[in-house]
Amino acid sequence: MSAIEGLETAHHHETEHEHHHEAQNFWQKYIFCEDHKVIAKQYLITGIMWAVIGISMSVIFRIQLGLPDSNLSWLKPILGGWISDSGKLDPNFYLALVTMHGTIMVFFVLTAGLSGTFSNFLIPLQIGARDMASGFMNMLSYWFFFLASVIMFASLFLQAGPAAGGWVIYPPLSALPQAHPGSGMGMTLWLASMALFIVSQLLGGINYITTVINLRTRGMSFDRLPLTIWSFLITAVLGLISFPVLLSSVLLLIFDRHFGTSFYLSDIYINGEALPNVGGSPILFQHLFWFLGHPEVYIVLLPGLGITSEVIATNSRKPIFGYRAMIASMLGIAFLAFIVWAHHMFVTGMNPFLGSVFMFLTLIIAVPSAVKGFNYITTLWKGNIVFTPGMLFSIGLVSLFVSGGLTGIILGNSALDIQLHDTYFVVAHFHLVMGAASAFGLFAGVYHWFPKMFGRMMNTTLGQIHFWLTFIGIYLVFIPMHYVGIAGFPRRYYQFTSYDFTHKFMDMNMFISIAAILSFLAQFIFLWNFFYSIFKGRRAPQNPWNSNTLEWTAPINPGHGNWVGEIPAVYRWSYDYSKPGAKEDFIPQNIPYSQTLESNFPHENELIATEKAIESQNYNDQFNAH
Amino acid sequence: MESVQQYKVDKEPQATLAMDPMKFILWLFLVSIIMLFASQCSAYLVRRAEGNWLEFEMPKIFWYSTGVLLMSSAAMQWAFFSAKKDQFKQLKVAISITFVLGLAFLWMQFEGWKELVAMNVYFVGNPSGSFFYVFTGLHGFHIISGLIVLLYSLTAAFKLKVHAKNLRRIQICATYWHFLDLLWLYLFVFLLTFN
Repeated sequence: MSAIEGLETAHHHETEHEHHHEAQNFWQKYIFCEDHKVIAKQYLITGIMWAVIGISMSVIFRIQLGLPDSNLSWLKPILGGWISDSGKLDPNFYLALVTMHGTIMVFFVLTAGLSGTFSNFLIPLQIGARDMASGFMNMLSYWFFFLASVIMFASLFLQAGPAAGGWVIYPPLSALPQAHPGSGMGMTLWLASMALFIVSQLLGGINYITTVINLRTRGMSFDRLPLTIWSFLITAVLGLISFPVLLSSVLLLIFDRHFGTSFYLSDIYINGEALPNVGGSPILFQHLFWFLGHPEVYIVLLPGLGITSEVIATNSRKPIFGYRAMIASMLGIAFLAFIVWAHHMFVTGMNPFLGSVFMFLTLIIAVPSAVKGFNYITTLWKGNIVFTPGMLFSIGLVSLFVSGGLTGIILGNSALDIQLHDTYFVVAHFHLVMGAASAFGLFAGVYHWFPKMFGRMMNTTLGQIHFWLTFIGIYLVFIPMHYVGIAGFPRRYYQFTSYDFTHKFMDMNMFISIAAILSFLAQFIFLWNFFYSIFKGRRAPQNPWNSNTLEWTAPINPGHGNWVGEIPAVYRWSYDYSKPGAKEDFIPQNIPYSQTLESNFPHENELIATEKAIESQNYNDQFNAH
Repeated sequence: MESVQQYKVDKEPQATLAMDPMKFILWLFLVSIIMLFASQCSAYLVRRAEGNWLEFEMPKIFWYSTGVLLMSSAAMQWAFFSAKKDQFKQLKVAISITFVLGLAFLWMQFEGWKELVAMNVYFVGNPSGSFFYVFTGLHGFHIISGLIVLLYSLTAAFKLKVHAKNLRRIQICATYWHFLDLLWLYLFVFLLTFN
């Protein structure tokens, strides 16, 4: 659509940029900036703000669930009319809170905040590029996201409340304004916001893929790419293929809502009167939605896994175990992600045979996931582990990934799903494996790359305290939640006080809520550490973790263009840690084999002959177009 | 050292793969459009298999509009070849024909909608009709975006900025326009087959 024009203008702009390198005013430098590092920080800060809002919402509904008798009048200054005079949370607003928590955390925090931050920040720095392929598109991507954020945020203040049909917005609940107060203007804004969000993700994702494939520096072949870059590349491909499908399902929903078509609606009676819509199928929406929805899980998770690979290898001072197996397993996960969507729909009246096919495909995902799990553990095995906060969060991610993945094997069974679907068992499962694991990836990334982002260090002790409180808190919340789910608690219910079978679990629910509140409070340690360190943290050395990847060869505070002078060339993979014979326990990627004769393997000595050829190759330097 | 020498002859390190980033971006953009229409088509087939499906004959004008779009694509290719050979006069003529035929296509699609309405096939009603409008409408929307891209090349061509040494703009434009042509051809056959 208009992206093509964007390309043309972007091209012009780039050429102009070279000539007016100095003349950057405040707006160009901090607001409509085309530097990938600034855009990454914009994504990170916006993501953190959304995370605070999204997690606060979960605390409010956890209080409602665990402490149903509590008086919430103290929230009146914020929530106003949503708290009744007797201090009770409005049931309709409870549904809105659950919906918005899901939407915000999945899309705005763990997709935009995670992928947006680290793909933008690390891709050019780790592949040795001056910037993204199109800085203009990259800038547009952030501002579309910002616009989507503003609209979503505005919908929180509607008098009828924001969208409340669940983050999966199944019709007819989302299609009919009569269905719920939130299905009117709230849902309209939700749809508008998500449409902009999709545009933002496509602009960003197309840029990531193009940059990784076309702008790598000399010698940076695909088998020398750090695993972070592999994971961002695969994530972007997943997004490119699945987000247009969400757009088309949303488009048909908009037609149903505003023009009266019947794609998803059929034979609906309201107060005894039939609606005019005939011939639609609500299941169709679920198929389209989950065709995005399932890959979305991996869009959220894969960047976290990539970050973990890098952080674990660096801080174990060992090469990553099974580099190629790691890539293959990510490709395998990405492929399988597209052919398992119907496991979200086992109980929609689907043909049981079809269900068993999807069950089979779903359970196969355990294989590449287990490969990743084992590779992380074998990388840690007998390493000289340095417990930096980033490392702790990476190990935490592996733990959460394994324990959350195990319950996935249970849920993937179409027979067991009859009992477990839409219970708290599902909630606990995906919060461990996708929510908490990806959030740990985000934390690991922030702690690890903070020195590169802001030129200062975060406080290690506070980071470690933050990790332990969060790690213990997460398990205290979600392990008991599995039991609540097995007991039959359905998700998205306002309260459980009126059923007999739920009574004996009230104390467990209270326990979960208190653990959730404590882990929420622990996040303020991180917030303080983060914002304090930006301004007052200890100054960072150039390579604080003794890491091999290219970003640590750039200046401590890289300017636009990342490297002063020539872009470094790459001669080896990024995992030469603790190589036998080497003087140091790490050899950065830009050190040629001819300088490390004491530690080379025989086949690496042979590669010395190719170094001249690598040096004479194309730079892919955008600032010196040939 | 012998082996080192041998190695050098055997395997030169491959230069890092790279093509024009802007063209690469275009191709990825096309992938996202393909996925948009692929999901629409699968939704169409799934819904159609459920029955209660209004069957209607596609108005004749869609056959003619398909022909017009094909001619427009041919003119685009002619424009590209002319630009490559620095034949500015032909370039201007060809690219103008492309643009006018593109506009004609849009107008004919709109006439087609009018005929559908006359046949009592409405956007609101049985999903078979709704889908027809969505397919043609979405494609028409992309044609409008294509016309805007085309307009950039058109003005550049008249300012003599498109020539053998500056082909990137018209290449991107031609790729997109041919893609939209193929996309319509596919949708046309699809809608004929599964009406």
